[in-house]
Amino acid sequence: MALLAFHNITKRFGSLVANDDISFSLDRGEVIALLGENGAGKTTLMNILYGHYTADEGYIEVDGQKLPAGQTDAAINAGIGMVHQHFTLAENLTVLENIMLGTESLWSLGQKRAPAKAKLAQMSKDYGLKVNPDARIADLSVGERQRVEILKALYRDARVLILDEPTAVLTPQEADSLFKTLKSLTKEGFAIIFISHKLHEILAISTRVEVLRRGKIVGSIETEKADRKLLAEMMVGRTVERPVLEQMTIGKPIVELEDVSVEDKNKDTSGIPKLNQVNLTVHQHEIVGIAGVAGNGQSTLADLLSGLEKPDAGTFTLLGNAVTSASPADIVHRGVGRIPEDRHSSGVVGEMMLWENLISEDLRHAPVSKAGVLIDRKACLERANKLIDAFDIRCEGPEAETKLLSGGNMQKLILARALSPQPDFILANQPVRGLDEGAIAYVHGQLLAARKRGAAVLLISEDLDELFALCDRIAVMYHGNLTPSYDAKTLTTAEVGLMMAGTNHSEQTHSENTNHSVTTNSGNEEQPHAN
Amino acid sequence: MMDILEILVSAGFWAATIRIVSPLILGTLGELICERAGVLNLGIEGIMTMGAMSGWMWVYMGGDLWTGVMFAAFMGLIFGLLHSIFTVYLGLSQHVTGIGITLFASSLSYYVYRMLLPDATTPPKIEPFQVYEVPFLSEIPVIGEALFSQTPLTYLALILVPVVWYVLYKTPLGLAVRMAGENPMAVEAQGINVLSIRTGAVMVGSAFMAVGGAFITMSAFDAFFFGMINGRGWICIALVIFASWKPGKALIGALLFAGLDALQVRAQQTAGALIPYQFFLMMPYILSIVAMVIMARKASYPKALLVPFRRGERT
Repeated sequence: MALLAFHNITKRFGSLVANDDISFSLDRGEVIALLGENGAGKTTLMNILYGHYTADEGYIEVDGQKLPAGQTDAAINAGIGMVHQHFTLAENLTVLENIMLGTESLWSLGQKRAPAKAKLAQMSKDYGLKVNPDARIADLSVGERQRVEILKALYRDARVLILDEPTAVLTPQEADSLFKTLKSLTKEGFAIIFISHKLHEILAISTRVEVLRRGKIVGSIETEKADRKLLAEMMVGRTVERPVLEQMTIGKPIVELEDVSVEDKNKDTSGIPKLNQVNLTVHQHEIVGIAGVAGNGQSTLADLLSGLEKPDAGTFTLLGNAVTSASPADIVHRGVGRIPEDRHSSGVVGEMMLWENLISEDLRHAPVSKAGVLIDRKACLERANKLIDAFDIRCEGPEAETKLLSGGNMQKLILARALSPQPDFILANQPVRGLDEGAIAYVHGQLLAARKRGAAVLLISEDLDELFALCDRIAVMYHGNLTPSYDAKTLTTAEVGLMMAGTNHSEQTHSENTNHSVTTNSGNEEQPHAN
Repeated sequence: MMDILEILVSAGFWAATIRIVSPLILGTLGELICERAGVLNLGIEGIMTMGAMSGWMWVYMGGDLWTGVMFAAFMGLIFGLLHSIFTVYLGLSQHVTGIGITLFASSLSYYVYRMLLPDATTPPKIEPFQVYEVPFLSEIPVIGEALFSQTPLTYLALILVPVVWYVLYKTPLGLAVRMAGENPMAVEAQGINVLSIRTGAVMVGSAFMAVGGAFITMSAFDAFFFGMINGRGWICIALVIFASWKPGKALIGALLFAGLDALQVRAQQTAGALIPYQFFLMMPYILSIVAMVIMARKASYPKALLVPFRRGERT
């Protein structure tokens, strides 16, 4: 008998079918990978198993016993433990308090902390999950918090461990140590359900892969028989082709920054300018990439180019006209399409409807607006429907709440809003962060199509593979300084990596194909060529 | 200046402070319990009025004092339940609901009072709680008179401070309440019903508030009249912030406010001829604002305060 079995689980949110007739089972010692794109229904299924949601149809059996639906305590008692993607820990409380919650009767007059602490210490030792029981969660690193989540489940004698995108927040080293832990757990007879859309992880850790697409199980395969390409195809439903960069001749300059500086107005910090004499030109038919470790001024550069900041010194020229005051509405109207860094906090208003978010950058002009003051709802809905079709935004309709969209679909909405007016300049700041393969290919395809059409694109990213795949030229930001841009074909990843750490790249080896004024940091000239 | 010092060392001043602090302690503890579970209860002013009216009315109608207190607490539970139906189960705005509860509960109190006693012109009186002198302890000079010659409800309020602290910090139930105010999802993920925890906390907290109100009509005075809660509920809300949501600090804050109040009454008598009395009336509030500004900067509020928890919804 299987340890755990799903029988015909169906779950709907409104008219969206998140899980559609899902059945599979799981035995001791198995590691099942649930593979699927964002929004495929992986987390929903696990939330049903753990009792956060109640399935509309179907049931779950543990050891042949039917699991009561929609009760987390029943799931815990049946030996199911879940490590949520967004950790369910109270930051102001200690590790021990977080773990002990729910383990004692609520009506007992005191807590037995000492035995709990001893049990926790023993478990920490047995499973190699080191953690200080008296530390506040807020003081722990992300990797440590995840350990607490795993310990929380083990403390309740879990036999089935669900891990929802466990590596999304971990450094490579932390992920390795997690995998070691998981392997030792399976040896002890635990069953693990591992949710991910990272193929190499799934190949490394799982024994069997269940592939979900649009709420349905579309395939089930022993990991031994699978490879990357096959899994990717099963997940996306078609062959994913990485778009290629066509050769093109650049047109006239669209965006020109000349010796632009932005001061740090916050007196608490060091007073180093956020942007220091930055020079940058982006032409028609080209994509320029900005590499750099997060926090080196990329977001200030993005704010400047999207009209949220104005330069304290230097000139910012857009399509031949100087930009002097900061006004995002003005910038957008002058032909800039913006894909912001954090789609949740500055891209969309989650509580508002799709069509409202789609018009939010263009409120004062027809067809959105009648006479500049009234919103033409009918025209907006029409436009929203068109964009939903054109950009393949999977949703319940233009009047659905935006926060219900998956990450990829939310990004498509932002692309629809930014790209549909055919902007001359596109500012894409981390446009594929947190997206799955299919959505990444889609976003990249859109950027390349814009380049082909004649737009100038600035791509800010921390992912070097992305930059090398898409960019004609790459420049690096470091401590508010921007290096000159280099032809991407003549650069290597290692060279960019060194520039990201502040090592100067000797300009002579790569002749610039643009009219940049090259500033040289004289102190670093003797440094060896980065190779 | 000498006069102020004289006031500060007099037993009468300290006794008055402890008397004034009792309803504040009860109200502040009640609000603190609600907020620790993640629910702001702006119904406090109305719930205190309801407690003041219902407890007093119970006794006026022939009930005895302690069952009157219990009746007031029961009314607190009912209004706490009402508040949680809207804020916890339906997830509506805690601000709007709280103001609504205050308007509803206080108006209903006056309405019921008028309905039951239509002919009363001067407020009728009851026989209130009497001072209970704790044997031996009350004979200690100054401290004895201040702390141990009080009415039983004052002792109750003072005892409840460590009790609430113990429950919140030393029991599984208290842990669940605090966790519900920090991250309700963490509570749910451990198999505990967040909605029950929050409802329970709001109901018990409201019962505390109602008893605080009852203290005013059944212990400090012997009658119920219009506007007698007089903003004490709002003071309690400020005190919770002042106390950084900690019971011990809540006691200190309440004592500070009550001390200033007792001081201003006495200062009015000595310096009232020179300075208009309104300045003295203002004093505790102004000093509270100053104290708030200083203390609240470091306050770490419950992370999930004001955030409704909706089960089974897609986030």
